Amino acid sequence: MKKIIELKNISKSFDGEKVLDNISLYINDNEFITLLGPSGCGKTTTLRMIGGFTQPDEGDVIFMGERINDTPPHKRNVNTVFQKYALFPHLNVFENVAFPLRQRRVSKKEITEKVNQMLSLVMLPGFGNRSVTSLSGGQQQRVAIARALISHPKVLLLDEPLGALDLKLRKDMQQELKKIQKSTGITFVFVTHDQEEALSMSDTIVVMNEGKIQQIGTPIDIYNEPKNAFVADFIGESNIVDGVMLEDYKVRFAGHTFACLDTGFGKNEPVDVVIRPEDVDIVPAQDAMLSGTVTSVTFMGVHNEIIVDIAGFKWMIQTTDSVDEGAHIGLSLDPDSIHIMKKSKYSGMFGDYSSFSNELDELSNPGGDTEE
Amino acid sequence: MNRPVKSRKLTSYRAALMPYSIWALLFVLIPLVFVAYYAFTDNNFQFTTANFNRFFTATSNLKNDDGTITEVHTYLLIFMRSLKLAVISTIICLLMGYPIAYIIARAGAKTQKTMITLIMIPMWMNFLIRTYAWMTILQDTGILNNLLGMLGIQPLHIIGTETAVVIGMVYDYFPYMVLPIYSVMAKMDVRLLEAARDLGCGSLSVLRRVIFPLSLPGVISGITMVLIPSISTFYISQKLGNGKFFLIGDAIEGQYVANNLHFAAAIAFVLMGILLVCMAILKYVTTRHVYGGE
Repeated sequence: MKKIIELKNISKSFDGEKVLDNISLYINDNEFITLLGPSGCGKTTTLRMIGGFTQPDEGDVIFMGERINDTPPHKRNVNTVFQKYALFPHLNVFENVAFPLRQRRVSKKEITEKVNQMLSLVMLPGFGNRSVTSLSGGQQQRVAIARALISHPKVLLLDEPLGALDLKLRKDMQQELKKIQKSTGITFVFVTHDQEEALSMSDTIVVMNEGKIQQIGTPIDIYNEPKNAFVADFIGESNIVDGVMLEDYKVRFAGHTFACLDTGFGKNEPVDVVIRPEDVDIVPAQDAMLSGTVTSVTFMGVHNEIIVDIAGFKWMIQTTDSVDEGAHIGLSLDPDSIHIMKKSKYSGMFGDYSSFSNELDELSNPGGDTEE
Repeated sequence: MNRPVKSRKLTSYRAALMPYSIWALLFVLIPLVFVAYYAFTDNNFQFTTANFNRFFTATSNLKNDDGTITEVHTYLLIFMRSLKLAVISTIICLLMGYPIAYIIARAGAKTQKTMITLIMIPMWMNFLIRTYAWMTILQDTGILNNLLGMLGIQPLHIIGTETAVVIGMVYDYFPYMVLPIYSVMAKMDVRLLEAARDLGCGSLSVLRRVIFPLSLPGVISGITMVLIPSISTFYISQKLGNGKFFLIGDAIEGQYVANNLHFAAAIAFVLMGILLVCMAILKYVTTRHVYGGE
């Protein structure tokens, strides 16, 4: 695979506050890469650096082998779909999409042809004469995509483009974006704070927090092999407990010793143990190493989300079984449902559901807000 | 239950509108009707179009510099002169005001406040006093010529020329150009400008293709607010033009003072009509430009 963009040791501060702290990453041609992280993690700043709207304090931005730190946005072969679309309100749909072509003085005939072709690609044929302010959010979104794609950039940057859409529309647009990316072969760099979106769309995910890259990998890697407690908690739900790696394939936590699949840790090294809520089986209490009392049951549609108190540590378990609050149940863990991580600065900060509520989770992770 | 609440809301809405409605009726609508009534009647309040005939046909003799005499349409000439000076002033205000408004709108919040205050300060002083101040500046032995003299430059004769009148108009009405343009520019979404750059526009193209068309509503109100008062001003031309440049405002005032109320009303009526047509054309042209794409 060919590298198309490379960021080398980039740092950036705004008003003395470090937004990006020595990040390095490369983006391959033709891939769908997602920068994922909570607000303020530096993902939008990274995107703006590739677009040319922000210059790094330190480090280099390399585009197709060339250093482009000082190249202004209009001279970069990169286009952006902005967070709130940034359509020109004084131009109709056709003229918005034609905007970059008119700048390059393309012939009238070619403009008409290309714009109509683009409008069909984003499934808005015949919308040319409409005013952009009369369109729904989803339609404006499509116009923004058509406008950004019409000059066939090498790279398309998308800054939380689906943040303002409702759930159903968002799902449809995810599919469509993926399809457009495949059919055009353009590299997509996508910014989101929505981990589900990242998992379902990306070839590669870059998880960021506090201006640093936490992990880079395929969605499956990131989900199954999170590198630290932050990643484990941010991508999906995780129970993260303190443990000790006794030897290869043997870990001790919650007062018991479990078989696992992990190797390469030191003898008796303290570790973080991740268990995904869906990987836990419910068994009768007397048959299990772990047992506890159900403190809450929430019906989620596909499954029940239950919180189990095991010796004071609250576990989240997702199950299709029906369980009553107050019941005493046992939990069984397969070796492949246990994932071991090295201790990090995030150890002990995540993965305990003592104070868990869905509402709180939403509050601490607000959607669609702007960074910087 | 809903209906009474709704209608009460409507009543309070109407009540809130009342003071202005009464004001508008007493001081805008009724006077306008009177202007029209006077314009179309003679001294005995009989219907006539003579006032308008007089406006369009009255002639007088103008003595040229070489001693020959030309016959001119008095009021049409005055009107064209007013229009010329007003248009020149408006253009100067626009050319100076637009960049200033843009610079202020892009400055930091604190700078914005300071600069807007600086622009508005002259408006806190009385209009007559400001015009008198310009008389002392522009006089042949005034402040400007004293300064020029100190620098060894020949004195300029400005007072009593059209230049002096234009300077006065520009000075007096400049804030009315800057403020509406500034308020539109300050509200402009920065992301639109970024989008334009992203889509291949250099700074000049961003200005031409995005900033300017989006600021047009501000430009139109600026033009309206400068053109209309400067076309009908009489005080500035009397003081700074030494009364040599009879403008349409002077004509109305003169007829009024001479107790020719009906003819004064007719001139005012024609002026209003022409301004309305001008504004309508301006608005039509610009909205077409704004919403029709190319």
